[in-house]
Amino acid sequence: MTVEQWTYLVVGLSFALYLYIGYASRVRDTKGFYVAGRGVPPVANGAATAADWMSAASFISMAGLIAVLGYDGAIYLMGWTGGYVLLALLLAPYLRKYARFTVPDFVGDRYASNAARVLAALATIFVSLVYVAGQMRGIGIVFSRFLELEIAQGVLIGVAVVGFFAILGGMKGVTWTQAAQYAVLIIAYLIPAIAIAYLVVGIPIPQIALVSSDISERLNQIQTQLGFAEYTQPFQSKPMIDVLAITAALMVGTAGLPHVIIRFYTTPDVRSARYSAFWALVFIGLLYTTAPALAIFARYNLIQTLHDKPIEQVTQIDWVAKWEQTGLLKIVDKNGDGRVQFAKGKAFLEKGGKPDFSQPDFSNPNEVYLDNDIIVLSTPEVAQLAPFVIALLAAGGLAAALSTASGLLIAMSSAVAHDLYYRVFNPRAPERLRLLVGRVMMIPALAVAAYLGINPPGFVAQVVAFAFGLAASGLFPAILLGIFDPRMNKQGAIAGMVVGLGFTTVMIGLMRAPQLFGTPDPLLKDFFGISAEGIGIVGMALNLIVALIVSRLTPPPPEHIREMVESIRVPRGAGQALEE
Amino acid sequence: MRSREPTPLRAYWRANVRLIATLLSIWFLVAYGVSILLAEPLNRFRLGEVPLGFWFAQQGSIYVFILLIWIYAWRMDKLDQQYDVHE
Repeated sequence: MTVEQWTYLVVGLSFALYLYIGYASRVRDTKGFYVAGRGVPPVANGAATAADWMSAASFISMAGLIAVLGYDGAIYLMGWTGGYVLLALLLAPYLRKYARFTVPDFVGDRYASNAARVLAALATIFVSLVYVAGQMRGIGIVFSRFLELEIAQGVLIGVAVVGFFAILGGMKGVTWTQAAQYAVLIIAYLIPAIAIAYLVVGIPIPQIALVSSDISERLNQIQTQLGFAEYTQPFQSKPMIDVLAITAALMVGTAGLPHVIIRFYTTPDVRSARYSAFWALVFIGLLYTTAPALAIFARYNLIQTLHDKPIEQVTQIDWVAKWEQTGLLKIVDKNGDGRVQFAKGKAFLEKGGKPDFSQPDFSNPNEVYLDNDIIVLSTPEVAQLAPFVIALLAAGGLAAALSTASGLLIAMSSAVAHDLYYRVFNPRAPERLRLLVGRVMMIPALAVAAYLGINPPGFVAQVVAFAFGLAASGLFPAILLGIFDPRMNKQGAIAGMVVGLGFTTVMIGLMRAPQLFGTPDPLLKDFFGISAEGIGIVGMALNLIVALIVSRLTPPPPEHIREMVESIRVPRGAGQALEE
Repeated sequence: MRSREPTPLRAYWRANVRLIATLLSIWFLVAYGVSILLAEPLNRFRLGEVPLGFWFAQQGSIYVFILLIWIYAWRMDKLDQQYDVHE
């Protein structure tokens, strides 16, 4: 069987599995639709959370990004895992005890304010929308790379599959398909990583191979010879202050992302919410500790295979020829010596953020262009694995994208259907109508996601920083103070959110002006060395300070709010609290 | 309000906050101290064959995060039992 046939088969089977699970877990009430009936055991919820969290970008692009950044790739590795410590210790157990459906639910009730509720709902919708566009695009890209379908066709297939199990099964359908998708994506990720570690140093466990072989020493030496900094040398792409700020902003942003938080509403009790966070990070950590090892082995192997080899010989390697066709890899003989040279700098001039293959950049000697995605996508072929593994990789990439997209759709549609429609506009809506509105709201959410996936605005990559910034500077502090500061009141929380969100929005707007408004230069280069990716942490600090000051200058919250805060601090009763 | 709150629950909450503070101090130290601020000096040492600062930033910190969450869940089980607030 050819790779393409295998891919159709494996992807087809995995989709059939998701559709079956979605159908088998269809729901009939809002509790099932929004929080999976609160019956998800910790290990399953951990796997679902891991799939929910790890996006198409984590799966396809992260290892390649780390391979380019070297040590500095730690901002993503720590930033996207460390937030789970904050979630597990500071937010998840108490939100589970409160036992409602959404993040704006808690914010609106805790501060007895529909203004706070609407603010939180709008932040939720915006953050999720930014994210879902990237997932839909990811689905389209995987389809186009592995099956040579048009990106638009791929996106529509993805929308149909997600739509089916999300509309029918709501959170319950999404949860169980996510757990299955985790299994698919982690197997697909580990097999090539194990193979390449074994190929390069003869040790089949990437995390151990990294420590017990001399691979980092060897790569450091080659990098130095070729004029790069050592791979393990910190702060080559960013100053230390920015590495600190970005790591912190990503951690706090992770803890404040609504589609992650709502996963902890689905457990039967507070204790299971804590263990869910543990299992989630175990499952995420498996991929996140493999990625940097894969990055180092694949980069070493790529340089060894290509550098200083005759171009004729290199272009005859199967995978080089294949990926050169797709534009993920490009070799240009700048100095005409018939050999490939790896060096610092860009091989081609860029046009509109993409390399222009007709225009080599002669200001540096580098002759190889590598797309970030190639580290993950080419590894099965480099390690000469069976076509079946390449097919599995396609299914894994799709699983990562579909699972994240479905979690985001639930977060978005529940913010509209539950928070804005039911809690603000029509609190008397009967259960059946609420469920119907929940299902119907999936459709515009899917339509917008599909549209953004097919016609991605040029700034999508730029606004992801925005999603984390808003979650960090708006949602995280509001929830944290709601739990840990009984004296926090409506005035303080709203003032804090407005200042935190406002500051972060303005700063990102100024720093990313060329992408957002088309100015020739950023209106502000950085904020005391902190870039747009890290600015959310400053916004969060401002939010906390303003909220604490304003709340102390205004009257304390009413008695029933204080009772609510006391009650969410005690685990007992979480099981009964679900029936309103 | 403080005076009205039943004492055992206050003690439970205080023990919880103390545990959180301890674990988050370790979290902060490992993530920002060891893995970033001290990454360069620590890179002079090695774990196996890999520079130590680099290893903490890309591997060790993640293992510590997992361990911290497990310790919290496990200690809270005990606290919940001790103060009789478990399900």
